[in-house]
Amino acid sequence: MASPGASLKRFGLPAGLILLALLFPFINEVLGANLMFPVIVVAVYVMLALGLNIVVGFAGLLDLGFVAFYALGAYVVGWFASTHFSGVNFSFLSALPTSGSLPGIHVSFWVLLLAAGAFAAFWGVIIGAPTLRLRGDYLAIVTLGFGEIIPRFFVNGDDIFGYNLTNGTVGIKGIDSPGIPFVPSRGWQQFGTLDLNPWYYTILVLVLVTVFVNIRLRDSRLGRAWIAVREDETAAAAMGVNLVTTKLWAYALGATFGGFAGAFYGAFIKSIFPTSFSFNVSVLILCMVVLGGMGNIYGVILGAIILQGTNFYLLPQINIWVHDIGTALSSPFLANVDIPKYNYFLFGAILVAMMLLRPEGIIPNRQRQEELREGDEDDSATEITGAT
Amino acid sequence: MALLEVEDIHSYYGNIHALRGVSLTVEEGEVVTLIGSNGAGKTTTLRSINGILPPREGRIVFRGEEIQGVPAHGMVGKGIAQSPEGRKVFHRMTVLENLEMGAYHRNDRAEIRQDMDRVFDLFPRLQERVKQEAGTMSGGEQQMLAIGRALMSRPKLLLLDEPSMGLAPVLVERIFQIIEEINKQGTTILLVEQNANVALEIATRGYVLETGAVVNAAPAEKLREDPKVREAYLGEI
Repeated sequence: MASPGASLKRFGLPAGLILLALLFPFINEVLGANLMFPVIVVAVYVMLALGLNIVVGFAGLLDLGFVAFYALGAYVVGWFASTHFSGVNFSFLSALPTSGSLPGIHVSFWVLLLAAGAFAAFWGVIIGAPTLRLRGDYLAIVTLGFGEIIPRFFVNGDDIFGYNLTNGTVGIKGIDSPGIPFVPSRGWQQFGTLDLNPWYYTILVLVLVTVFVNIRLRDSRLGRAWIAVREDETAAAAMGVNLVTTKLWAYALGATFGGFAGAFYGAFIKSIFPTSFSFNVSVLILCMVVLGGMGNIYGVILGAIILQGTNFYLLPQINIWVHDIGTALSSPFLANVDIPKYNYFLFGAILVAMMLLRPEGIIPNRQRQEELREGDEDDSATEITGAT
Repeated sequence: MALLEVEDIHSYYGNIHALRGVSLTVEEGEVVTLIGSNGAGKTTTLRSINGILPPREGRIVFRGEEIQGVPAHGMVGKGIAQSPEGRKVFHRMTVLENLEMGAYHRNDRAEIRQDMDRVFDLFPRLQERVKQEAGTMSGGEQQMLAIGRALMSRPKLLLLDEPSMGLAPVLVERIFQIIEEINKQGTTILLVEQNANVALEIATRGYVLETGAVVNAAPAEKLREDPKVREAYLGEI
């Protein structure tokens, strides 16, 4: 039976973290820390990592092209909430007061958010279907290929038989801001660039939804089927698990969250370029999942925070400090060294160290852990009901 | 009508003609065993029946319905469960989770509970180890789990592939007692076994396979007395 300590761990810790997240903008304001922007970007990556966790962590399908779904989500927002299709003049529930008079398609961000998820899921299935018979290395190579094709398509899509679909390397600029109509605060009616709170709370809700869905999926019948497929496909089929639909669900659901993250990111950054969706990003997201602990939701969140926090906050900070020290010591090398440039070197070193010291990740998934822990607090009765 | 009728099936691994017209029947309540040496096609016959290696020719009729086109994952729903060769339990899942996977296609929670109790009655060892990860158990325990997991689907027909493989003789004896008990409780069994001695002891009838074809079919006691079978498969000269 669950001890008070276990229920504190089960509900107290998440509740505390959510409270902290809700209060974060105030804390940031009081401390004058100016952390809103990096935190929002980190949160986007938390979503991406949780999406990839469904594919890699739960279903065990190594995907090296996850960035494709991120890009697809971003381009959905780029296409349907900007002046890009200037030949068309269409507006639907847009937060822009002037959207009716602007050229291009201007659809409400909230509608596009859902559309981006659905669009990414559709492509997840399209990409997943031919890979169903592949395993391990072969699957990784094929997904790598798809991850490369989609950014290429966006680069070269400025001239599809003369039609400019993606605006090529220039990308799509001036993406509409989201907004919530009929709220008293103007900052919420149309999200601005100065007040980041609406953006923050939006991505927070998205992350919480992603976490919730991840948890529900993990404990669902489908979640069990994924674990079974990951362990042994033949045995899973013998239990009545349909390998095809089980795998396609993993691709589709994983891609959906990639699409959501892309849609939010596109609206937040306001301009999207194919180069933002390079292979590096796929690798980075995969690193987050592996570093944190494949299949463990908290681990994956932590992995995303560590890597992208290092990327967007820690390294630039260290850079500033080193430059200050360099100036104080009048050392031209230290004053001019570009530390963020070495981020992938650092990530590589972290991953190698992790694989040697703790291959199961920072917070491992129980089933991924080889060693059996005695006195597990898992409540077996709930597991039975969870599986049926 | 027989529970299972296999009519003249031909199965291939790529270009290799592995089964050359195998026919057999399993009546309700029987234990039927397939014996034969390595590569005779015993496991292939099971794989053809359970949909992992669908036969290219021939018919498989189960409870009056042709099932040769049913995919592997559809067989549990038809009432065919299997304990695959090499056991294939889910190593990183606990014993309990493995048994729950056996009932994956079912929704009748209360009855799943009953079936789990029944499996624990058959294999008290599994109940002791219910929270242990399957991969950390001994070979014999994993075999018990594989059989228990197959029973969790409440099958009409249980396919067992080499349950004695890699087990100490005393454990083989024990496992076969339990298989006999499962059969007495009403589950029909098709058993593939290298160890023809123990298999023919509990079987009703047996088929002898050689190079992908049935060369002999008879009640188990007849096969036990057959000089050719004794020489080739029972280790007697």
